[in-house]
Amino acid sequence: MAQLTLPKNSTIDRSAGKVFKAPAGTKNVRAFKIYRYDPDTQANPRVDTYEIDMDKCGPMVLDALIKIKSEIDASLTFRRSCREGICGSCAMNIDGTNTLACTKACDEVKGEVKIYPLPHMPVIKDLIPDLTHFYAQYASIEPWLKTDTPAPTRERLQSEEDRAKLDGLYECILCACCSTSCPSYWWNGDRYLGPAVLMAAYRWLVDSRDEATGERLDQLEDPFKLYRCHTIMNCAKTCPKGLNPALAIAETKKMLVERRG
Amino acid sequence: MSLRSPLSQARGLGSAKDGVGHWWMQRMTAIALIPLSLWFVFSLVRFPLLDHATMVAWIHAPLVAVALVLFFLAMFYHAALGVQVVIEDYVGNEGVKLVSIVVTKFALFAFGAAAIFAVLKIAFGA
Repeated sequence: MAQLTLPKNSTIDRSAGKVFKAPAGTKNVRAFKIYRYDPDTQANPRVDTYEIDMDKCGPMVLDALIKIKSEIDASLTFRRSCREGICGSCAMNIDGTNTLACTKACDEVKGEVKIYPLPHMPVIKDLIPDLTHFYAQYASIEPWLKTDTPAPTRERLQSEEDRAKLDGLYECILCACCSTSCPSYWWNGDRYLGPAVLMAAYRWLVDSRDEATGERLDQLEDPFKLYRCHTIMNCAKTCPKGLNPALAIAETKKMLVERRG
Repeated sequence: MSLRSPLSQARGLGSAKDGVGHWWMQRMTAIALIPLSLWFVFSLVRFPLLDHATMVAWIHAPLVAVALVLFFLAMFYHAALGVQVVIEDYVGNEGVKLVSIVVTKFALFAFGAAAIFAVLKIAFGA
């Protein structure tokens, strides 16, 4: 379902942006240009400019967002929780790259800090995308241990080597930065599972304790669910946790080749 | 506006349990095309003049004819697989998508058949 242009009511109205100037005499001023969309009005999205005194602001982009919301414009809306890169709530597009506002330092950005919601997702309000479908796709791969062998009385044992296979996979926090950076997910996100969900699927494919590997591969072998990945690598480039979903997808494709001989 | 649950929408029509063959053949034809296309280009640049008589004489050689048939097979097969992927990526409407894929596949296989027939006709010709 490639949609190459924005619908009319989603294009940014460049003339409507408000500017919130820093108080006169502020020395260390930084401008933040932030995408605004209010579903309660009929207005198109706009980009507001907030000038901040960086001498009175924390170092991260999330610090600046919280400062804006607390001190300048309480209507600015965004998700945030842990402020330390483990919850994945504050994923957004900062300076042209999907990342977490809480782990992105303002100093890493040159000039104005441009902040938009994650690309090509329906926007609920301001920086909040609708991730319902993303979460449903995650549920669809059944991300839990599946076994037929009766549960042992103690833990399910796993060798150190087998446990090591989960490294680089289990750290995913499902922030959706990768999936929403993927052109294949933009054009066919209704059917393509996207890098985050496919890496989660691979995490269960290589778990030595799981007994549903074949069934999981059956569910993935599909021109749209899996094979829309064309190794574009935006996912690995943008991942704020430094993970490599493209590699997990490539390994999944290798498993599918391996089983047909 | 659909009232289907998000999970139902995400599952859609389920897995096609197909795609690995397409993916594998795209890789196999790509690998085959590396030596074949290099051979094709380097063979042609060797000739000072690419006129009809030179080409006919060249294609008459059995090894050249076999390599050309392999080259065209791999190329048109690879093209058919590749164009299908591009159409699936960018064409949203299911009807348009199906018709485009069928038309391009028919066309590419027809071109491939014509190319191979031309090679064989020259190779087997007097």
